[in-house]
Amino acid sequence: MHNFELVKPSTVQDAVAALAAEGAQALSGGQTLLPSMKQRLAAPDVLVSLTGIAEMRGICLSDRGLAIGGATTHATIATEARAHYPALADQASHIGDPAVRNRGTIGGSLANNDPSACYPSAALASGATIVTNQREIAADDYFQGMFTTALDEGEIITSVIFPIPEKAAYVKFAQPASRFALVGVFVAKYPQGVRVAVTGASEEGVFRWAEAEAALSSNFSATALEGLSVPAEGMIADLHGSKDYRAALVKVLTGRAVTAA
Amino acid sequence: MPKDGGIGASTKRREDIRFLTGKGRYTADINLRGQAFACFLRSDVAHGRINGIDTSAAAEMPGVLAILTGEDFKEVGGNPTGWLVQSRNGETMKEPKRPVLAHGKVRHVGDAYAMVIAETFEQAQDACDAITADIEELPAIVDMAAAVADASNRVHDEISDNIVFDWGWIEDNRAAVDAAFAAAPHVTTLELVNNRLSPNPMEPRASIGDFDPGTGDYKLYTTSQNPHLSRLLISAFVMGIPENKLTVIAPDVGGGFGSKIYHYGEEAAVLAASKLLNRPVKWVCDRSEAFMTDAHGRDHVTKIELATDMEGNFLALRTETLANVGAYLSNFATCTPTFLHGTLMAGPYKTPHVYVNVKAVFTNTVPVDAYRGAGRPEATYSIERVIDKAARELGLDPWELRAKNFLTTDQFPYTTPVGLVYDTGNYHATLDKLGEMIDRNGFEARVAESRARGKLRGFGLSTWIEACGIAPSNLVGVLGARVGLFDSATVRVNATGNISVLVGAHSHGQGHETVFAQVISDKLGVPASSIEIVHGDTSKIPFGMGTYGSRSLAVCGSAMVKAADKIIAKGKKIAAHMLEASEDDIVFEDGAFSVTGTDKQKTFGEIAFSAYVPHNYPLETLEPGLEETAFYDPSNFTYPAGAYGCEVEVDAETGRVEIVSFTCADDFGNVINPMIVEGQVHGGVAQGIGQALMESVRYNEDGQLLTGSYMDYAMPRADDLPNITVDHSCATPCTHNPLGVKGCGEAGAIGSPPAVVNAVLDALHRGGITHVTHIDMPLTPSRVWAAING
Ligand SMILES: Cc1cc2nc3c(=O)[nH]c(=O)nc-3n(C[C@H](O)[C@H](O)[C@H](O)COP(=O)(O)OP(=O)(O)OC[C@H]3O[C@@H](n4cnc5c(N)ncnc54)[C@H](O)[C@@H]3O)c2cc1C
Repeated sequence: MHNFELVKPSTVQDAVAALAAEGAQALSGGQTLLPSMKQRLAAPDVLVSLTGIAEMRGICLSDRGLAIGGATTHATIATEARAHYPALADQASHIGDPAVRNRGTIGGSLANNDPSACYPSAALASGATIVTNQREIAADDYFQGMFTTALDEGEIITSVIFPIPEKAAYVKFAQPASRFALVGVFVAKYPQGVRVAVTGASEEGVFRWAEAEAALSSNFSATALEGLSVPAEGMIADLHGSKDYRAALVKVLTGRAVTAA
Repeated sequence: MPKDGGIGASTKRREDIRFLTGKGRYTADINLRGQAFACFLRSDVAHGRINGIDTSAAAEMPGVLAILTGEDFKEVGGNPTGWLVQSRNGETMKEPKRPVLAHGKVRHVGDAYAMVIAETFEQAQDACDAITADIEELPAIVDMAAAVADASNRVHDEISDNIVFDWGWIEDNRAAVDAAFAAAPHVTTLELVNNRLSPNPMEPRASIGDFDPGTGDYKLYTTSQNPHLSRLLISAFVMGIPENKLTVIAPDVGGGFGSKIYHYGEEAAVLAASKLLNRPVKWVCDRSEAFMTDAHGRDHVTKIELATDMEGNFLALRTETLANVGAYLSNFATCTPTFLHGTLMAGPYKTPHVYVNVKAVFTNTVPVDAYRGAGRPEATYSIERVIDKAARELGLDPWELRAKNFLTTDQFPYTTPVGLVYDTGNYHATLDKLGEMIDRNGFEARVAESRARGKLRGFGLSTWIEACGIAPSNLVGVLGARVGLFDSATVRVNATGNISVLVGAHSHGQGHETVFAQVISDKLGVPASSIEIVHGDTSKIPFGMGTYGSRSLAVCGSAMVKAADKIIAKGKKIAAHMLEASEDDIVFEDGAFSVTGTDKQKTFGEIAFSAYVPHNYPLETLEPGLEETAFYDPSNFTYPAGAYGCEVEVDAETGRVEIVSFTCADDFGNVINPMIVEGQVHGGVAQGIGQALMESVRYNEDGQLLTGSYMDYAMPRADDLPNITVDHSCATPCTHNPLGVKGCGEAGAIGSPPAVVNAVLDALHRGGITHVTHIDMPLTPSRVWAAING
């Protein structure tokens, strides 16, 4: 690891100011950033810690849904979201190990947008709103491909608002080594229709499976998926699974998520 | 009933208190005054010619004390191979020099070609980044078949075919084996891969070199399973330091699984750097470095054929194997795929004709060497898989097929067609025991119950044998070993009656401090709490060969018993004098020397005291003191054996395998501490399940390591594993060592992989997926899915 300076502001405003400095980068739970700094793949001069900003932590219910501060840990979500949005709490409870869950945060995960991360599927399937220090971004506009988001340089995710579905479930098929999602499918049923978001599978990052959404919106049952398939083209192929395998898993897991919801 | 704390008691591990409370002292915990730090610059290409290394900018960086490259070590010796293997044509194997730092060429990703020593580790790392090397990338040699087929591209320029040796075992058997195949009513053929594994001990390697300019003595603190062997290699072969000027200390070591048997270049490098700078030099390996430098395990590609009659009697067995040794020969890289593999190909069976052919192949990958089981898992996997395939082809029950071919108890001692002499065993007993343990009768109902939940259930069997207690020195000498494989112990009774036992074996997780104390306690009648086990420091212990090959108790334990017997013999002389009786009338029992038939006695403590305060003592005929050393060289290997059963559920839609139960019926001979034995089996089975389902080192065609971290190398975790049920009641004690013990450290890793794979194939077949006859390990979900849908 290279040397760096650490600042720990207590307001979003101060954080934004600190991030304007040359070579500054936001630090939340550090569960992604610190490993890459240890490997010298990242070498920020200044780390601006977000976890001391009270307004970015915690969960509250509003008329728009469940609002979760950007610096809220997976462990907090796993416990405190359970009463309001059990599928989301369940997703959080299976991220990494206890150390990762006690440090890692939803804002960090969504900002990073790892193609195998879990929350992007919840955010997209829920039609969540990503709230930043500058604006609100609809999930449908936010995810722009692997490790790419609509965030501008220095923009901070302050909270995420999840509309609460009637029914939902996330089924993650763990990559055997990392236990990130080899494929993960989040299905959420709203009065307006069903949304299906798939993570881990596509070279474009998290995506919505439109055909499944249409079929499930008229018949919310695993049998509604019969005859549907996602094309293997565009799926990720790596050590842990071929394109065909991932495409097949998308369908199997979608069915299981519907049954579990 | 076992004596309290003695042989047979499940005494809790005394060393765990310090390990579990963070008070262990590992090499990385040791900080010497004035130490500097080393960082190694490692190749990021698999194969390349070093045209030049420019260290000038790096040398000017803050804190940099010295920079060494392969050029600085070109005059010193190479790291040698411990075993010379002859090819079938009588030629001696190829043994290219393995330099301390790469010289001329880099031969695998991670091959170190420069070393920076600086005031801090970060400064050394920064300076490594500032070194510019002109390395001309050459095409990488990764695939063994391609390495052999196309010799224009060579790992070592002087070795024309990339082949270390082409070994036939036993070459004289070959004609008879071929004839048996030609005449056989049925032949089952299987081609399989024994996947390459990364050892992953919890503690990565670390070394500190400490040269004393006053005395000219060198000290090396290092993560070693065998400090004397490292000292011998470094002094006699690599650096030419007189053996008595080098002390090697392996303090607490956090696991090895074989990977810390070997001497690595970093150890010589920190010693040389310490001499150069007159300062201690410390290096601690990080996990990424460990993945690309610790000797890997396994990596065989094998074709095995089994000839039978239509009733399933085994007539002959034949194998052809390509064994990957990686870029350089690690110390035991040549004996692992040969004498630890080919000699086990008879298994527990009476197959009359067996022939094994192994070609060892250089590739641009990390060196491959012994890893828990070492050769024997590869043998067991090949045999137990082909037997299962034969059972299916012949329509025979896999239990019966094995039982009908087992050696029977009246056949011991039995000379196998591959050169071993099994002293004792009872393979039917362990198989029957397994049958009792697993509720065979309820199996069909469990299959139906799984099916109702959409899962395919299957059962897999593996009946294995191994050769442990390595090894009779004269025998291995004939076979090409360059070392002896005895072990040693000193029993030092102090004046106050407590005891230090200095042993040549090294404990790095096995629990020797507990078990060895149990043995001595039992022998000498002294409470285990008064016995200290000292190991790991060549300046304290007698010359021993360390710990691997399930040898510590069988070999070093036997040396301890011999030394304790000498203590008792001397104690009798002292007691006879003190009790004014004839030595022949003295009996030693429960920690006291008494005159037989009388109540006259002296306690062990009184005898010890008298030996050191020899006022009333036969000084004319007997030396004072009570300390004895024994060296023990085994007269044969030991032959643990067992029967393992695995029940799995396969999710055919995703290919995911879940192990429902794993059951072991083992014969380890006598058992000193049942709890520790069970723990050893649990650990071994966990590693075997890891190999069968999860673990695999993978390179791409450019020789880049694709599994260089835990993000891609899948280690089993607690929730990947079932409850493991273990029994070791079917014991046939070893006939040739004083404790009657056979060794248990590797069994789990040897016996389990074929049981798992056989179970998965059984599940598929029962589920009607009959086109799948084999899946190569690891049986990851994607591979199982691909096989089902293939
Ligand atoms: C062993 C392990 C297992 C894991 N398993 C999983 C898993 O199964 N599923 C899964 O989804 N994830 C997994 N993760 C990743 C984990 O969830 C991380 O916590 C998460 O991806 C990043 O969150 P963080 O708070 O740690 O972010 P950090 O590491 O602090 O930051 C990540 C990136 O986001 C930026 N950033 C952080 N916060 C903000 C913000 N509020 N606004 C804008 N930018 C920000 C940082 O500058 C940095 O670039 C695992 C991680 C580890 C180490």
